[in-house]
Amino acid sequence: MIDVTIIGAGVIGSAIARELSRYDLDVLVLEKESDVCEGTSKANSGIVHSGYDAKPGTLKARFNVEGNKLIHELSKTLDFPFKENGSLVLALEEEGRKGIEELLERGKANGVPGLRILEKEELLGLEPNVSETAVCALYAPTGGIVCPFNMTIAFAENAADNGVMFRFDTKVNSIGKKTSDNGEAYYVLDTTGGSFETKTVINAAGVYSDVFHNMVSEDKIHINPRKGQYLLMDKAAGELVKSTLFQLPSKLGKGVLVTPTVHGNLMVGPTAEGIEDPEDTSTTSEGLDLLAQKGALSVKALPRLTITSFAGLRAHEDGGDFVIGEVKDSPGFIDAAGIESPGLTAAPAIGAYVAGIVKDILKASEKKEFISVRKGIPSMALATPEEREALIASDPSYAHVICRCELVTEGEIKNAINRTLGARTVDGIKRRTRAGMGRCQTGFCLARTIPLLAQALGVDEEQIRKSGKGAYYIEGKIKDNL
Amino acid sequence: MTDRKADLIIIGGGPAGLAAAVSARKEGLRDILILERDTRLGGILNQCIHNGFGLHTFKEELTGPEYAARFIRQAEEEKIPYMLDTMVIDISFDPETGLKKVTAMNPGEGIFTIDAKAVILAMGCRERPRGALNIPGYRPAGIYSAGTAQYYVNIEGRMPGKKVVILGSGDIGLIMARRMTYEGAKVLCVAELQPYSGGLKRNIVQCLDDFDIPLLLSHTVVDIKGKERVEGVTIAEVDENRKPIPGTEVFYECDTLMLSCGLIPENELSNKLGVKMNPVTNGAFVNESLETSVPGVFACGNVLHVHDLVDYVSGEAATAGKNAAAYIRGEKNEEGAVINIKTENGVRYSVPSTVRTGNMPDTLTVRFRVGNEYRDTNLAVYLDGKQLMRLPKRVMAPGEMEQIILVKSKVTDIVSEAGTADHELVIRVED
Repeated sequence: MIDVTIIGAGVIGSAIARELSRYDLDVLVLEKESDVCEGTSKANSGIVHSGYDAKPGTLKARFNVEGNKLIHELSKTLDFPFKENGSLVLALEEEGRKGIEELLERGKANGVPGLRILEKEELLGLEPNVSETAVCALYAPTGGIVCPFNMTIAFAENAADNGVMFRFDTKVNSIGKKTSDNGEAYYVLDTTGGSFETKTVINAAGVYSDVFHNMVSEDKIHINPRKGQYLLMDKAAGELVKSTLFQLPSKLGKGVLVTPTVHGNLMVGPTAEGIEDPEDTSTTSEGLDLLAQKGALSVKALPRLTITSFAGLRAHEDGGDFVIGEVKDSPGFIDAAGIESPGLTAAPAIGAYVAGIVKDILKASEKKEFISVRKGIPSMALATPEEREALIASDPSYAHVICRCELVTEGEIKNAINRTLGARTVDGIKRRTRAGMGRCQTGFCLARTIPLLAQALGVDEEQIRKSGKGAYYIEGKIKDNL
Repeated sequence: MTDRKADLIIIGGGPAGLAAAVSARKEGLRDILILERDTRLGGILNQCIHNGFGLHTFKEELTGPEYAARFIRQAEEEKIPYMLDTMVIDISFDPETGLKKVTAMNPGEGIFTIDAKAVILAMGCRERPRGALNIPGYRPAGIYSAGTAQYYVNIEGRMPGKKVVILGSGDIGLIMARRMTYEGAKVLCVAELQPYSGGLKRNIVQCLDDFDIPLLLSHTVVDIKGKERVEGVTIAEVDENRKPIPGTEVFYECDTLMLSCGLIPENELSNKLGVKMNPVTNGAFVNESLETSVPGVFACGNVLHVHDLVDYVSGEAATAGKNAAAYIRGEKNEEGAVINIKTENGVRYSVPSTVRTGNMPDTLTVRFRVGNEYRDTNLAVYLDGKQLMRLPKRVMAPGEMEQIILVKSKVTDIVSEAGTADHELVIRVED
């Protein structure tokens, strides 16, 4: 009997796993994809919100503000890229001033530090490339940008280092409620990888979290997935703005953000489209056109330097707030459901909160040997000259460049494969090291990454996948078909 | 960190870098070093196993590796030093000393810097990726740039797919249509956004027509299906504004989408160095000596502007090598006039973009491309308002480079007569 089973290895499941790994508990994470961070967590804005947006008193407001503080600390202890670049909500017309003032009041009620309104002159002083039509802006100095992949991976790796088990390619088909001989409730999870008995279940299944909740509860919830499309631009455009620029929702619609990413690209997005299919991560020409149009409202000139576009899904629950806590009619089944924006920011706070519930249910005690720190994969691109020398001295393959656009070396890729919960797919390497994330988008490095992965895993190159089960790159040898 | 010195550093050991090195050596320059990021010299030619190379340079038809081998042999006979697996990560210019500091690394020597008197940029180009084309749809495995697919087929002997749609009629795409067919794949069609092909006429005939592969001009991919591996693409016709026409969509079931939609010079290092760039070519602005805005830094080959034939790359690179050697020898002529070349009315750019008559050879080749297909027109060249030449042209197309040859004596005659400080040479298409 397992103590805790977490469904989903996204940022929420991984953050909960990491917090649970403080305790003397058997923890298992089940993930239907081949890696952590394969769903909503991999395709979002990468923003650490300061917390003025959510209505006071909601779970979103509470966990956003707490999560923001935690990420500031965790980015150091768990070594993932984070930058407090500040965010601005732009009023693009005079009527917007009232909305900006409302946001300021809401932020104060939520306990967001440092908020203030910038008039046009000060705004343009801070961000010279902001659109001339901007009237004023709400400035949130604690807003930040984070690498959503490496934050999720850092949580998961640290959890695994502390004994949490991860099983990938394992999809939960059904959940059965049982009662043991001594009258205690437990659950049986039937999965594509066998069946698991567990005392408690944590539902961190993203856009599928309603499905699992509804398997065990009469009090139904409903997730309406919302698609968000994004444009990612070349690093040559990355210095257009320093802060994250939001647009105040207006009669023109909800608005999109224009932000530098923590790695120095420029990103525009997201759209917000209600969709039926919780697997529909396709981009559309309408969506991409809309982003270019709306993004151009925030800045004087939006460069045409797109290197890729993508879409992610947000798990919007009909009630509009996060659904977090033990399900009333299913003791030991804990939801972390309906986690949409600001879910990435809230993740570590949700992790600590949910772990606390489980600890109380199972009366768990803290481990003595908990490892609280994690060291990320070194980055030659970001390293100082001295650090570079030291890395190459430790392993000369840190001087062998594989991805020229992002300056990623063989040493980094080997590290990504060989570490805890190491990369097993090309996308796994990409998210851990940035190989293939640059302007040529794997044009040159794919043919070098695949052999490294094949060699490390002891398989033929034909077995190497982009990500999911059928995502093979190579279809046999030449002339096979003749 | 080891510090070294060299007269001439050549960044890139492909066709441009090799020809530049050989030429500089023939000028008597001893202290040359080629830095190559790949495991062998020859650059992209190593994967271009089809023939058609060398008709101009060697008057025979060679494959890419054979063409490269001729230059590699010359470089080795001349004992020109080179370093493989070596990536240049930074380059800077010291205006005080005129030296260029090149920082590079490789597994054998770690990170090192070299102070060079002159540098030749010969880094080549990369392919435009899907994201830059704004093709909507899913992001599965099975979307390859044509060059990546070519590497897999020709170097690794592996098939990137079996049923292929190609977007873009650039030369690599056309060559890959034929190659994939040879190796046992079915190529369904080549779709091209423009109303004309981006590749050479001979490649359309030999790679598509001969294999009954349809070329769909004014068509583009509007959707990609398949979450894991490509399952198909939707192709639609586009209007004169290159926008898809609703109702013309056709779905092609395939496992591979290959992209051959343009090449982009790899000038990230040039940008670090502060070289002035031409937004039309994405390559450096250069003068008649192929020298960039940074003194002693020269550029040639596809990093300067994307060429149609490697023979022209070799010729251009030889010029860069020769001029780099002259720069190192301290030969510089500040006298004479400066002519700015202006391109208009269908001519998109020119290389070079300025000519200093004092440094001009007896004849100077100016290369450029046109922006559209032209039939039965003329190339007209004016210098300071006077017609210098007028060349009848039966066909000109964006896929093929054009050139004019300026004769120094004629140029200096007109320039000295004009008696102004600013001189302008205009190249344009005329009826």
